[in-house]
Amino acid sequence: MVLKAFFPTCCASADSGLLVGRWVPEQSSAVVLAVVHFPFIPVQVKELLAQVQQASQVGVTVLGTWCHRRQEPEESLGHFLEGLGALFSHEPWLQLCRERGSKSWSCKATRRQGPTPLTPACEDQVMLIFYNQRKVLLSQLHPPAALPERQAGDATASAGGLAAVFDTVARSEVLFQSDRFDEGPVRLTHWQSEGVEASILVELAKRAAGPICLLLACLLSLVSAASACRVFRPWPLSFIWSKLSTCEQLRHRLDQLMLVVSAHRAEGPAQLMRKANTLVSVLLDMALGLLLLSWLHRKDRFAQLAEALIPVADRVAEELQHLLQWLMGAPAGLKMNRALDQVLGRFFLYHIHLWISYIHLMSPFIEHILWHLGLSACLGLTVALSILSDIISLLTFHIYCFYVYGARLYCLKIHGLSSLWRLFRGKKWNVLRQRVDSCSYDLDQLFIGTLLFTILIFLLPTTALYYLVFTLLRLLVVTVQGLVHLLVDLINSLPLYSLGLRLCRPYRLAAGVKFRVLEHEAGRPLRLLMQINPLPFRHVVRTYRLPSCGCPPKHSWGSLCRKLFFGELIYPWRQRGDKQD
Amino acid sequence: MAGPGAGEPAMEDERSFSDICGGRLALRRRYYSPSCLEFCLICPRISLRSLTAVTCTVWLAAYGLFTLCENSMILSAAIFITLLGLLGYLHFVKIDHETLLIIDSLGIQMTSSYASGKESTTFIEMGKVKDVIINEAIYMQKVIYYLCILLKDPVEPHGISQVVPIFQSAKPRLDCLIEVYRSCQEILAHQKATSTRP
Repeated sequence: MVLKAFFPTCCASADSGLLVGRWVPEQSSAVVLAVVHFPFIPVQVKELLAQVQQASQVGVTVLGTWCHRRQEPEESLGHFLEGLGALFSHEPWLQLCRERGSKSWSCKATRRQGPTPLTPACEDQVMLIFYNQRKVLLSQLHPPAALPERQAGDATASAGGLAAVFDTVARSEVLFQSDRFDEGPVRLTHWQSEGVEASILVELAKRAAGPICLLLACLLSLVSAASACRVFRPWPLSFIWSKLSTCEQLRHRLDQLMLVVSAHRAEGPAQLMRKANTLVSVLLDMALGLLLLSWLHRKDRFAQLAEALIPVADRVAEELQHLLQWLMGAPAGLKMNRALDQVLGRFFLYHIHLWISYIHLMSPFIEHILWHLGLSACLGLTVALSILSDIISLLTFHIYCFYVYGARLYCLKIHGLSSLWRLFRGKKWNVLRQRVDSCSYDLDQLFIGTLLFTILIFLLPTTALYYLVFTLLRLLVVTVQGLVHLLVDLINSLPLYSLGLRLCRPYRLAAGVKFRVLEHEAGRPLRLLMQINPLPFRHVVRTYRLPSCGCPPKHSWGSLCRKLFFGELIYPWRQRGDKQD
Repeated sequence: MAGPGAGEPAMEDERSFSDICGGRLALRRRYYSPSCLEFCLICPRISLRSLTAVTCTVWLAAYGLFTLCENSMILSAAIFITLLGLLGYLHFVKIDHETLLIIDSLGIQMTSSYASGKESTTFIEMGKVKDVIINEAIYMQKVIYYLCILLKDPVEPHGISQVVPIFQSAKPRLDCLIEVYRSCQEILAHQKATSTRP
């Protein structure tokens, strides 16, 4: 196989010295990590390599020699470099050479075929691959498909192909800790040898993060303890809390914040990204919420909203009354059963009347309630949107009630009809065997059954029409609420930190690598430049998506239509208890 | 770049082929070393005729709407849509050239360059490549040939986990595919021979 030498671009202009790195025999590739310059004491070099090997669990050795020279090759240097091969024995021994100021490189990899050093060495063909050490160190490779049977702890440094290169460079961070201003025994050149990078802000943030996290963790645990003890005791309250989406959203945010400020260190890069994403999402949420709050306060919008709310509720009630009057007449030219029509219509009209009185009773307090609810927008835009969704469901509670009445009536009718239809044909439902059996009825049973069947079937259009109308209204309200929930889910689950990282530092999230062939001369080794291929945006979102508090609707379209036809109630609420996690 | 030496294969040559619809394609082959080969397939450019036709259709439709509605926003919207549509087409749809780079014992790299300069690259390591073959497919009302890479299945040693087609947008004809196929097989055979050697 062709020998691949991965050479860091920062060492391409370094002075002559020894090449230090890792040899991967399975891929026949040598990953050069640093260059040790003359003068050095071999014992100290070996000590340093042993230290690095122990600290990083990477088999760092001396791979060969690097020679950066002027036009005329110096004979003495050549012999000296070959003599080093005997000192630090490594199979194969790499000899890279570059002429100063030009782009011509020469590589030689020699292998001794026999046990004695006098047997003639054979040469391998060498391919030079340049890589940017800093970017490869900081980047994280995302394999296209993780195998299910491979555990995370299984990823040793012998992972296939290019992942080995990334792994080697990432693990050898301890080798890059010293720069040229350190007074160490050995002088190295690597990506940090011009000076170790650090940022004051990052260091300050790291120091401050500890106490702040501790403080926040205490506060949050107090809050969660308070919410767990008092509120859930009495049954009606606990039922209400479980139905309100605001409480769910608040609980979700509390959980996320507890995760972020917890004292455990993040185990792996995925955990770290999740923490960062959660933090950025919470901060953005709060910022948007405060923006909304300031906009609402600016032109005294609360009063305007409160003033607009009552007429809107009145208008909705009026429209419903018109609708019921229309249904009580001859809707769309259909002829309804007069008596049933009047009964149902009057019943629903009375309901609307009760609702309107209730709204008018509440009207003086609406502005205050809205103002206090608006304050909660500083907890986040998602909380404000959840409150909006809850207000919508409270204001359209009468539509929900009508839907339930209509659906129950219709369901009862359908069940009655189906069982009487079976009686009509002389069959019966066997509850024990869960199947339809034939049955011989008496004459009076058949007579009454047929009579009831006829009555029900003639009353079916009226009931079905009321059911249809109220189901459509309910579906409309559910659609509006669903859109609001969708927006809340979007804000909750979008990984903003990862997207920002992909935008500003695309090499951090790598989907793979790409190669570019550099200028090639005949007789010289092949030179390639390895660059990082960043992860596409949709893969970033898919990989780092945060778990949202709702679950996707469980019904398929078929089951939904079936439920609608038989009059079973549809529950669009996302029940947190049903979700498995 | 140095010229071809005596007895060595040519460093770079260009031949013209045609794709399945009859458009002209140019295949440029660059030979860097016995273990590294690059094929570049240059697709036909966007034709002025089709661009003019589409623009005229859109603007005539907008003008027709304008005479119905008397709203001048429609005309500005039409211009905006045409510009955005053209930019989007050049950036996301129209491919200028497709490149295949095979490096022995490293892998196979496929690059698609769009007309706006954007490049999208995929690299497959040699350890995952099982074989490069020419396969037939039914495409609309035709049966066409296409070149594809078979990837090894990590679980089953003789199985195939994925089929990755090459030159998907250019869609060259069989004569062009045979050229590329021969060179790929030479390099793959060489790679298999050296990989079995310890």
